[in-house]
Amino acid sequence: MGSVFAPGQRGPALAGGLIALFLLLFLLVPMAQVVVVAFQDPNTGAPTLINFVDFFKTSLFQESFINSFYVAAMSVVLSSLFALPLAYFTTRFNFGGALLIQTLGIIPLIMPPFVGAVAMALLFGANGSVNLLLDEWFGFTIPFMEGLNGVIFVESIHYFPFILINLSAALNNIDRAMEESAQNLGASGTRLFRRIVFPLAMPGYVAGAALVFIKVFDDLGTPLLLNINNMLAPQAYLRITSIGISDPMGYVISVILVAFSLLSLWVSLLALRGKDYATLQKGGGGLMRRDLRNWEKIGCYAVVILILLLVLSPHLGLLLLSFGTIWSFSVLPDAYTIDHYVTVFSEASGYITNTLLYAGLAALFDVIIGTGIAYIVWRTGLPGRKWLDYGATAALAVPGVVIGIGYLRTYHGINVPIADQPLASWWVIIVVALTIRRLPYALRACVAALQQVSVMLEEAAENLGATKGRTVWRIVVPLMSGGILAGFVTSFATASVELSATLMLVAVDSDAPLAYGIYEFMQSAAGRGPGAALGVIGVVFVGLGTYISHRIIERGRVTLESTAIVAEGAAA
Amino acid sequence: MKHVLFGTVVAIGLALASFQVQAVEGTLTIVTSYPKDTTGTFKAAFEKKYPNVKVEMLKKKTTAGIKYLQETAGSNTSDMFWASAPDAFEVLKGDDLLVKYQLKVKGIPEKVGAFPINDPDGYYKGFAASGYGIMWNTRYLKAKKLPTPAEWSDLKKPVYHGHVGMSAPSRSGTTHLTVETLLQGKGWEKGWAEWKAIAGNFKTVTERSFGVPDGVNSGQFGVGIVIDFFGLSSKASGFPVDYRYPTVTTLVPANIALVKNGPNPEAAGAFIEFLLSGEGQELLLDPKIRRLPVNPATYAKAPAGFPNPFKDSSIGSAVKFDLALSKSRYNVINSLFDVMITYRLDDLRDTTKAIQDAEAAMAGKSNDKAATLIAQAKALVNQVPVDAATASKQEFNAVFKKKRKKATTKVEGRQAEIEQDWDTMVKGNYAKAKSLAEKAKSML
Repeated sequence: MGSVFAPGQRGPALAGGLIALFLLLFLLVPMAQVVVVAFQDPNTGAPTLINFVDFFKTSLFQESFINSFYVAAMSVVLSSLFALPLAYFTTRFNFGGALLIQTLGIIPLIMPPFVGAVAMALLFGANGSVNLLLDEWFGFTIPFMEGLNGVIFVESIHYFPFILINLSAALNNIDRAMEESAQNLGASGTRLFRRIVFPLAMPGYVAGAALVFIKVFDDLGTPLLLNINNMLAPQAYLRITSIGISDPMGYVISVILVAFSLLSLWVSLLALRGKDYATLQKGGGGLMRRDLRNWEKIGCYAVVILILLLVLSPHLGLLLLSFGTIWSFSVLPDAYTIDHYVTVFSEASGYITNTLLYAGLAALFDVIIGTGIAYIVWRTGLPGRKWLDYGATAALAVPGVVIGIGYLRTYHGINVPIADQPLASWWVIIVVALTIRRLPYALRACVAALQQVSVMLEEAAENLGATKGRTVWRIVVPLMSGGILAGFVTSFATASVELSATLMLVAVDSDAPLAYGIYEFMQSAAGRGPGAALGVIGVVFVGLGTYISHRIIERGRVTLESTAIVAEGAAA
Repeated sequence: MKHVLFGTVVAIGLALASFQVQAVEGTLTIVTSYPKDTTGTFKAAFEKKYPNVKVEMLKKKTTAGIKYLQETAGSNTSDMFWASAPDAFEVLKGDDLLVKYQLKVKGIPEKVGAFPINDPDGYYKGFAASGYGIMWNTRYLKAKKLPTPAEWSDLKKPVYHGHVGMSAPSRSGTTHLTVETLLQGKGWEKGWAEWKAIAGNFKTVTERSFGVPDGVNSGQFGVGIVIDFFGLSSKASGFPVDYRYPTVTTLVPANIALVKNGPNPEAAGAFIEFLLSGEGQELLLDPKIRRLPVNPATYAKAPAGFPNPFKDSSIGSAVKFDLALSKSRYNVINSLFDVMITYRLDDLRDTTKAIQDAEAAMAGKSNDKAATLIAQAKALVNQVPVDAATASKQEFNAVFKKKRKKATTKVEGRQAEIEQDWDTMVKGNYAKAKSLAEKAKSML
């Protein structure tokens, strides 16, 4: 080891090796076991690329590719429109309820499977509440949920928090001195935002936008719930899961999705290349917060409330669904009841405990691994370090069902000694699956956070005699805390509602998380209300978890601020 | 030696179990696609009768359940598979993942409608019957002033354009049987023409079979093509919906089977016997479950108006379902439906609308040229890329399967290649038909 790596690189090399091993064992090997069919001749089993030739020759797949690209790009635009005002107002102005707005802005990520879709359809569908009212009053309807534009609408509502969270973290990280200098030089208003603030927050925005783009490009849940088949991810899913048929094209499309996602990530990294986003002063609470004039305040609140109302409407629908008796072709439910909550009450606690445990552990592992990868990629010269980043991000494009099948195929024969059961049916495998599937979210947040930390701060610490490990622990990680929290929150919130891999891996009812419980109910007409009630309970708990982690970090930041001031004073 | 010993132990165990009900014990793991309403009811009743057995219901979509059993076969931990579609059981049987079971319970007839209740090879047993039919949302029909549909052919009418929903045969085994039933009832060419005419009125093709009752229940579309218990249980749950069987329908059994090398065969046997006993059959009448029992005696306890296929011969007997024919072209039908309908629904819908408009303009007028154009347009839409004989050919079917029965079966072409050819033809035909229909309309 010593001959290959410089002394200071041994720690990172070991960490990098462990992360690479983890990715190899739980992402690459299981995936390879499944997608190997993509590279085999369907008739003879001989290795071949003929399936890829077929892919590019098939007009349906060409159209699907274009559709997926269009939807992903437009979703980035629409998500940005939702996220920018929320992020900007809450970080730049003294704004009552900023923390609440930030937390509410994350709720859309926690869209429980099936019930979320039903609620959306009941509100925005062709015969949903909004269109029924429009038709009654004005005699026309708007196809919110139809075709590709419907997919863009729903995806943007669902995934805009990626941009909100990462952009807010980045805005909070900007050195106040930069803004002050610009103001001293005469910049103000939109010019200040356009030329100084937004460019400095670029790593956060790009991280969020790249996530939205790749996620939407690879997402199959939304197109499937709107019954849109002519996009790549649903095409892959439909072909992999149909009964009896073994069409290799499903796996071919999976490979193409992975490749294209990595390409998009590479392009997004190019956008940031050659610029330095790091600023020196940290922990000072970020941008200066301005007081708003009264009429400005009213305007800002109006915009914020309007956006929140729109993006939280699925959850309002969910709430109505959970309390409603029958809701069918009408603006509101026929009557209200608490029966559904009574039905799920006895089982809810088991699901909630499992969900919080699995999603919490997964998000914790995600930020640890994410911080590790970010540090190795941006601060060390280890060979092949970029591949850690690409490898982890590839997980975004692998359909959950492929991971599920891959785990069963690879790990069902391996027995866990103490638990005495196959690894593939031990509850820990669910945590591993969630960790792998949500790692890209945490990773992008951590990378963006590290890009804003000046390397000079670390050099200073090392000059003062701190070891590498101590520098990382005492300087780098605390300075990245905003980004790490952003990563934790996104991973936690999205892991709590994951279904596709979970459904494959749950082996005993008592190990089942919330999404599985909702799935169980949503298989019958009578289960709609209880399913929605379970969904509401889940959203409340995950939302609370998010709010509490925000509070903890905020408190940490305040103490950090005081130490930073002391440190600055000492340095002076 | 070990196997002989094990076999003896199991045999003794089975013998004991048949004498002494209470001796059955252990944890029974059942992989099932059924909703909580069904599994919970049976679990509670069974555990009450056999207090030493704990039932673990593993809920997985049918497709996920098959994959789960296939992947875990090496160290199997599941005892039973419990789901609707007979074809799912056929897949498992083909992979040698099921074991035969000899029923002890008496009073179950051979057939329901025209379909055999139990697997002729003895692997899986039918426990309830289901037929396909039409469900509709009464509020929706009233608001949009639509008539109540009664037969499949009603759904072709222009008045239902954009109001009908269905799942795809490749997504749901029961939908597959509906498609096959109509094809057998009407013949290959006419059957497909019928399906395309109905599909031209589709609002959507849902990704899972429950998506159809869900859409009708919330009023996203007014009319759905669904399996009976979806319609009946939705109605029983209070939704403003109703359901009926058209004349051409087939009753198919929903099934249960023992998984090979299951850890707990005695308990599994006890569960099958319980399910088919008078007690178990009666549970099917629960308003949240609403499936047709296979024991004719149970209908005596059914509520008024509950359909009884053993008395009412109009349900599910118009078509004599040919199981061998269905099996011979299973995958081709799935793929054809997706290529012609699911993936090209927008094109098909637009073309159908153009033809319907032209025909409406035609009403009461006589214009030979326009009539010819419309007939040509319809013929183009109805064209099927393969004929009935090819669809049933073994070599042709092998293209769509990974595992071929015999190594000697020759395979030419790949699924993707063939589907691309079909797609080119179908898309071209729909576009041509649309312009012909528009031309006809402009002449009137």
